[in-house]
Amino acid sequence: MNTEIIAIIVMFLGTIALAIPLGKYIAQVFAGNKTIFDPVFNPIERLFYKLTGIDPKVEMSWKQHMAAMLTINMIWFLLGMLVLMTQGVLPLNPDQNPSMTADLAFNTVISFVVNCNLQHYSGETGVSYLGQYWLMFLQFVSAGTGMAAAVTLFRAFRDKTAIDLGNFYEYFIKSCTRILLPLSFAVAIVLAFQGTPMTFEGKDTIVNLQGDTVQVSRGPAAAFVAIKHIGTNGGGFFGTNSAHPFENPTYLSNMVEMAAQMIVPFAMIFAFGYFIKRRKLSWMMFAVMTVGFLMLAIPNIKMEMEGNPALTSMGIDQSLGAMEGKEIRIGAATSGFWSIVTTVISTGSVNSMHDSSMPLSGMNELLAMMINSFYGGAGVGILNFFIFIILAVFISGLMVGRTPEFLGKKIEAREMKIAMIIALIHPFLILISAGLATAFPAQGASTLNNPGFHGFSEILYEYTSSSANNGSGFEGLGDNTPWWNISTGIVLILSRFLPIIGPVAIAGLLAKKKFIPEGEGTLQTDTATFGILVFTVIIIVAALSFFPALTLGPIAEYFSMR
Amino acid sequence: MNKNQSLFQSDMLLQACKQSFVKLNPKLMFRNPVMFTVEIGTFVMMLVSLWILTGESSQGSFGYNFTIFLILLLTLLFANFAEAIAEARGKAQADSLRKTREETPAKLADGKMISSSQLVKGDVFICEAGDIIPSDGEIISGLATIDESAITGESAPVIREAGGDKSSVTGGTKVLSDKIQVKVTTEPGESFLDKMIALVEGASRQKTPNEIALTILLAGFTLVFIIVTVTLKPFADYAQAPITIAAFISLFICLIPTTIGGLLSAIGIAGMDRALRANVITKSGKAVETAGDIDVLLLDKTGTITIGNRKATHFYPTKGIAEEQLIKAAVLSSMSDETPEGKSIIELAGVNPLAYPINAPVFIKFTAETRSSGIDFDQTRIRKGATDAIRNIVTQAGNVFPVDITDQVTKISQNGGTPLVVCENEIALGVIELQDVIKPGIQERFERLRKMGIKTVMVTGDNPLTAKYIAEKAGVDDFIAEAKPEDKMNYIKMEQANGRLVAMMGDGTNDAPALAQADVGVAMNSGTQAAKEAGNMVDLDNDPTKLIEVVEIGKQLLMTRGTLTTFSIANDVAKYFAIIPALFITAIPALQGLNIMQLDSPESAILSAVIFNALIIPFLIPLALKGVAYKPIGASALLRRNLLIFGVGGILVPFVGIKLIDLIVSLFI
Repeated sequence: MNTEIIAIIVMFLGTIALAIPLGKYIAQVFAGNKTIFDPVFNPIERLFYKLTGIDPKVEMSWKQHMAAMLTINMIWFLLGMLVLMTQGVLPLNPDQNPSMTADLAFNTVISFVVNCNLQHYSGETGVSYLGQYWLMFLQFVSAGTGMAAAVTLFRAFRDKTAIDLGNFYEYFIKSCTRILLPLSFAVAIVLAFQGTPMTFEGKDTIVNLQGDTVQVSRGPAAAFVAIKHIGTNGGGFFGTNSAHPFENPTYLSNMVEMAAQMIVPFAMIFAFGYFIKRRKLSWMMFAVMTVGFLMLAIPNIKMEMEGNPALTSMGIDQSLGAMEGKEIRIGAATSGFWSIVTTVISTGSVNSMHDSSMPLSGMNELLAMMINSFYGGAGVGILNFFIFIILAVFISGLMVGRTPEFLGKKIEAREMKIAMIIALIHPFLILISAGLATAFPAQGASTLNNPGFHGFSEILYEYTSSSANNGSGFEGLGDNTPWWNISTGIVLILSRFLPIIGPVAIAGLLAKKKFIPEGEGTLQTDTATFGILVFTVIIIVAALSFFPALTLGPIAEYFSMR
Repeated sequence: MNKNQSLFQSDMLLQACKQSFVKLNPKLMFRNPVMFTVEIGTFVMMLVSLWILTGESSQGSFGYNFTIFLILLLTLLFANFAEAIAEARGKAQADSLRKTREETPAKLADGKMISSSQLVKGDVFICEAGDIIPSDGEIISGLATIDESAITGESAPVIREAGGDKSSVTGGTKVLSDKIQVKVTTEPGESFLDKMIALVEGASRQKTPNEIALTILLAGFTLVFIIVTVTLKPFADYAQAPITIAAFISLFICLIPTTIGGLLSAIGIAGMDRALRANVITKSGKAVETAGDIDVLLLDKTGTITIGNRKATHFYPTKGIAEEQLIKAAVLSSMSDETPEGKSIIELAGVNPLAYPINAPVFIKFTAETRSSGIDFDQTRIRKGATDAIRNIVTQAGNVFPVDITDQVTKISQNGGTPLVVCENEIALGVIELQDVIKPGIQERFERLRKMGIKTVMVTGDNPLTAKYIAEKAGVDDFIAEAKPEDKMNYIKMEQANGRLVAMMGDGTNDAPALAQADVGVAMNSGTQAAKEAGNMVDLDNDPTKLIEVVEIGKQLLMTRGTLTTFSIANDVAKYFAIIPALFITAIPALQGLNIMQLDSPESAILSAVIFNALIIPFLIPLALKGVAYKPIGASALLRRNLLIFGVGGILVPFVGIKLIDLIVSLFI
């Protein structure tokens, strides 16, 4: 078998093998059990609590959790606006990059607060090192927010009946200190050794092979790139993200960065099983997600390796695969695989230009984000998947003649209402905003680099990426305009906070309900049959909502190319 | 009878057809969001057709647009028809019950004759042999045999008397003997039957919680497809692939879950109708649904698990006593014993009590104090009764109570029997064994319940030893022995505190609190008014095993909804493949590759999809009315089975259906 493919398989299986013990560790951290890092983190956390006046022992209801979540996010947003709009005159700016305009700062801060990292600027010229540091801080706390919200949901199913679901600040701080920080540290060290810069000095000057003098940007990139993947953020230090030789210098760094973006979402699924003592359930979830992931990833590897048939027919050698927009040190297979990893997991970092992917590869990248619950982002992936579980539980409950229940809690009209609204938000935001962008070509279509179906895919991709909080770009889109900055910013806010609040609200409501012990008539949710049903619900909801739009984009492009 | 039924059927069809048009009224339609959007679509298509008549040429031919309008109208009518036919069937069932209580004369206590419709709550009327009882009520004095066959279909007359648990009479039944005074307990038009009819007719029909949740799901899907079709307009314009209004509306109607949307209320009505066919009157649709969720079933031993009463099965004489002597004493002491137990002793002995020559017998009746009964004649005193009671008599007279009798008594108790000890002139003769007879087939029913995940609990007044034996033999999971009414109540509360849903059946006034407490309380029609008010269902047959049927009806109801929802949504896959290529093929010929069904032309593809969408509703009406069969094979196996039939089937059937319709449609285009 092709070495490239073997390397991918080894990396993927290795990540799963690491994620299982990490999941166990995460479960222990949030259960408040003793862990090996206690001597290091206990004093640090105590200091945080003392400085902020937070009592981590105070129990919160789901509403208090969400209020705390929104409050701290609001503060980060306001501080971020301040930093980015004044960075030009603030310290740590050796390259003298200017302050951001209001609409670009709005878009940038929002997209980092919501773990999306849709970048309508280029790191080299758009932000100072102080700005980069603020964005890096946001990369930590936005991932921590998602994880803390997921733990709130875990807590709702741990006890038979509960109103109090622990302390949000405790979950949040522990996520950052005990999980994200050590992992990022490890990844950053590997990257630094592979050649990623970690310096506060400004641009350097080199003379290239042609004899031209070139200014080369650098900065504290290794730290930034580590949390960008561990926290499933995806925002690059440099404009071309992980295709840039400094952000992703070698084949090894490429593999490490892929594993780094998968590990926390994987581990959170296992942590759920350990935390509520239903490991089989987390395996069911993991299996469903993996099947979905592979159904997207395998065709992409294949299509990218086969190359572009239009070029082949022109007699151009395609033996390396479709190399347009790809890095030679990374290769077609790994780029194809990465394109699905990064879209499935809401990271949105790219090591190849998705705009140049084969039409159906591009469709799979879109689908990965439209579905947005195969693994998904740190913490939030499990929240998205939970909505589909609720829908599947409801349908399957009816099919076996019993009022639907999940983990001993009855699913009734109120929960269904929330689940349905959350399931609707994603297609609503994507289709409506893409509809507006096409209906007003002066704002949308005029900024496109490509006409026709591909141009439509670019619009669709931009909003899908925003709504999935993914942050990758199809590029080929002149996106630093007030229209794109503001419209995607609004999509980002709605698509981040509602899908966090919704599942936590359902979990909170269910937690309060009476626990129904399992009987023979209870439908088991940790079986293959139920897994197939969840999978079908996910596919049908995504396919049914997006099929017409995809037909006019990548599908039409695919058929036109043959 | 059968002939009547079929006549009725065609009558019903006619009525339902009429109702299908009446129900087009948007005000009524609004209750069902899915079908309401179809109605809007139909209206738009009518306007488009008219627009074309005024000379508009961008929307295709008049014939094509008008055909789509007609098909959409047909879709609406089919959905309305489903609801109407379900209502008509329910009403017919209820009417046939109501017929029994048409105008009958009622004689008031003061001798005045009035019509039954003039009776109000609290009135007292008198019924004598041959009278039809004019209204539901409670006997306040007297005792009568009553023929309830009009309601229950059971020809054997039953005895109803004032006081106690058998004091309730139903309007329409006939008094066969004696005379009773009855107090009217319901206002006219408020009897259970009236309530049931109202439920079926829709006026007071409320959506059940589960129905509401499902409606939310369906409304959600409808909303998604509104967004999908609305945004398709700018997308298509951008791709320079203009779409006609007819194509838009067709895409939308085909995608929204019209199949389940059209059949939803019919399924609910049919559920109540099925309950009524099982001779169970439900006070709300919710009760039927809840029945499907029951975890624990409380059943009275007598009449449910065992046949009526105990029967004598053995005579065990003590050492030194001939069996004939014991039999003779037993038979004589039971001569005047009218209880079924007493009769069964004579039956077992197989001798005519009058064959024994006795003089001037004095019968001693059973009392709670003596706990024994018997007969005195000449110099002979025979007593039979509970072990302790006879032991007292024997030992007080200075005689020895034989050890082998004590042993035998213990043995009988352990085997679930009831021992009766017989003594003659204060000397113990032996023991009669009475045994409960377990109903044939009851074990299989409990097995079925266990597979459904329902725990069965036997309630009995027997001692724990006897109760345990019978519980094991019948195959129930648990029992409450020496049960007092409050024990039932406590047991229900305990199970409910653990999150379980409990169903029970009862008839007596002292059952009323427990019936009210239980999640599903089925009162027997013969029971007291209090019991009937407390429960949420009334069983006209007074059949204690009816609960099992009620549970299955509830499960069927949910399953029918679930499977048809799945089917409806799964259908969308094929419809997409029919309509999407048809929408764009003219502007983007490359998309021919998506036309995997090879449909003839864009028009025929769209027509075939909407025709399929309309026709599937009447095809599924029988299933909606009959319900999906429930098989107790465990939840996961059931899910697999239904997913295979309705999920996979739901994906495949429309591919075949649409292709076939397209073959026919293409002949005409």
